[in-house]
Amino acid sequence: MSDVVTTHELTMRFGGVIAVDAVNFSLRERELRCLIGPNGAGKSTFFKCLTGQYPLDHENGRVLIRGTDVTGWNTHRIVQLGIGIKMQVPSVMDGLSVRENLWLSARRIHGWPGADGAVEEVAAELRLGDILGRLVGELSHGRRQMVEIGIVLVQNPWLVLLDEPAAGMTGNEVERLIGVIHRINQTASVIVVDHDMEFVRMLESQVTVFHQGSILVEGPAHQVLNDATVREVYVGNRAR
Amino acid sequence: MTAWQSGGRIRWGWFLLATAILLLLPLVADTHTPTVLLIWALFALSLGMMWGYAGLLSFGHSAYFGLGAYTYAVAVINMGESTAPLLLAMMVPAIAAAVIGAMMFYGRISDVYMGVITLVVTLILFNFMSATAGDAYVIGNARLGGFNGIPGFQTLNVPGYPEISLFGLPTYYVCAVALLLCYLVCRWILARSFGRVLVGIRENEARCELMGYNVSAYKTAIFAVSAAMAGLAGCLFANWAEIVTPRMFSLGQAAEVLIWVIVGGLGTLIGPILGAIALGFVKLLLGEQTVIDNSLVLGALLIIVVLGIPRGVVPTLQRAWASIGRQSHQRHSKAGTARRRLGASPGEHE
Repeated sequence: MSDVVTTHELTMRFGGVIAVDAVNFSLRERELRCLIGPNGAGKSTFFKCLTGQYPLDHENGRVLIRGTDVTGWNTHRIVQLGIGIKMQVPSVMDGLSVRENLWLSARRIHGWPGADGAVEEVAAELRLGDILGRLVGELSHGRRQMVEIGIVLVQNPWLVLLDEPAAGMTGNEVERLIGVIHRINQTASVIVVDHDMEFVRMLESQVTVFHQGSILVEGPAHQVLNDATVREVYVGNRAR
Repeated sequence: MTAWQSGGRIRWGWFLLATAILLLLPLVADTHTPTVLLIWALFALSLGMMWGYAGLLSFGHSAYFGLGAYTYAVAVINMGESTAPLLLAMMVPAIAAAVIGAMMFYGRISDVYMGVITLVVTLILFNFMSATAGDAYVIGNARLGGFNGIPGFQTLNVPGYPEISLFGLPTYYVCAVALLLCYLVCRWILARSFGRVLVGIRENEARCELMGYNVSAYKTAIFAVSAAMAGLAGCLFANWAEIVTPRMFSLGQAAEVLIWVIVGGLGTLIGPILGAIALGFVKLLLGEQTVIDNSLVLGALLIIVVLGIPRGVVPTLQRAWASIGRQSHQRHSKAGTARRRLGASPGEHE
């Protein structure tokens, strides 16, 4: 299968600090990949480089999505390729209702006539149907996370990038989220950024471990999470 | 009620009542003062639309008010007929705003810097126009006139008939129609996808970008639409005053419209209109006395409103009205439930 996302020597510096250091990464079609690493490992910066949230030029390396060089593209242009992005902190519109949040996202893809149907479909899948009329600002953190995932899914993306999607969710919500991510993965490639080892273990995906801005190790979850180096990076970092 | 639900909805009963009042007002009052109040209301509406619904605060919206006025004056002096100058008075500010807006929004300028840039633009125009007294500052037959401005140009005429000038009562009706039409245009915009995206941008710009909307393009577009309305207001003001001066670009003018919008209420269209009419009327009344400075009173009013009712008068009244409605509904529901219980089980009651 061909690569959906490829980075060549992707580098991001903030002053004298190298947050992402010449990373070569690739993701295949329909692959589910978790990017993990302790705080400050560079995984969120890498995520923001992929999604155009940090301005890049070719001195920063290159980002290719399905072969298109998107280095330096604005976020909205990258999204228009068919990519769904969920941020670390829920990025939703608090002053609008759940339905309006979903509708605004759906309208860009499905147009005015098709948006309502798409909203109902996603709301049913994510069990948001009973709160469609509620203001998003009134919801719990976990539900706001789910609304944001709904905003992403309603556009039927072929590549989904999720930054810490389970943060702040209850056990039941996390279990449902895992089901949702696997369902998304049936039709789309997925990258999940997280530092919760248990959540990553439950996803049973391929894992890329970041450490000090570089890729430390890659492989299946069960193998990587039992790797002595990885455990030392995690435990050592937490112990400090 | 969210901004989507209220933004695109026209309360036709209120709209027709307002239309009737505007239509009949000349029967009971002189139209000179109401005309300028309607012009100020249009100016406030232009800023209220952009600030209240798209979250874009321009500290120097008077730039487009003044540009509209100067464009009309210069064009009508050169053309002799007012139809094209009237259109130019909307187009020139819109194009200027589109250029400035594109530079700001595509340049990812943050809100604070946007405020500073818009303020600087109007200050530059104020200083430039004030320094155009010399013979060198002539556009065609129109002398810009420096601090004294441009007096004595032809006012609006019936389209195609330059010899039939509109002044007094007809000007009042032109201003009333302009305000009502712009109000309807704003409601129409808010009811469309474009308006909904604008509200989304106000709520969370980053999310709209992540949804794939070109946020910079939307912001530039509404900035230009708002400037066109401000330019129309400036053009009508020029016709009412029969003179344009650099004072139209002044900080005082820029601050006044902000105060009207804040006091009337952000996030509504009727709030800025009523704020401009009420405070404009107060300003005119205060202008007839010399005991206290106008600006002091307006400043004090702003402080009182911001501290007492930070949402502004209209949103506060709307909330109070909605709250009364809810309480009344709850009382009726409880009374209905009690009646049903009494009717269904008389034995229990006994």
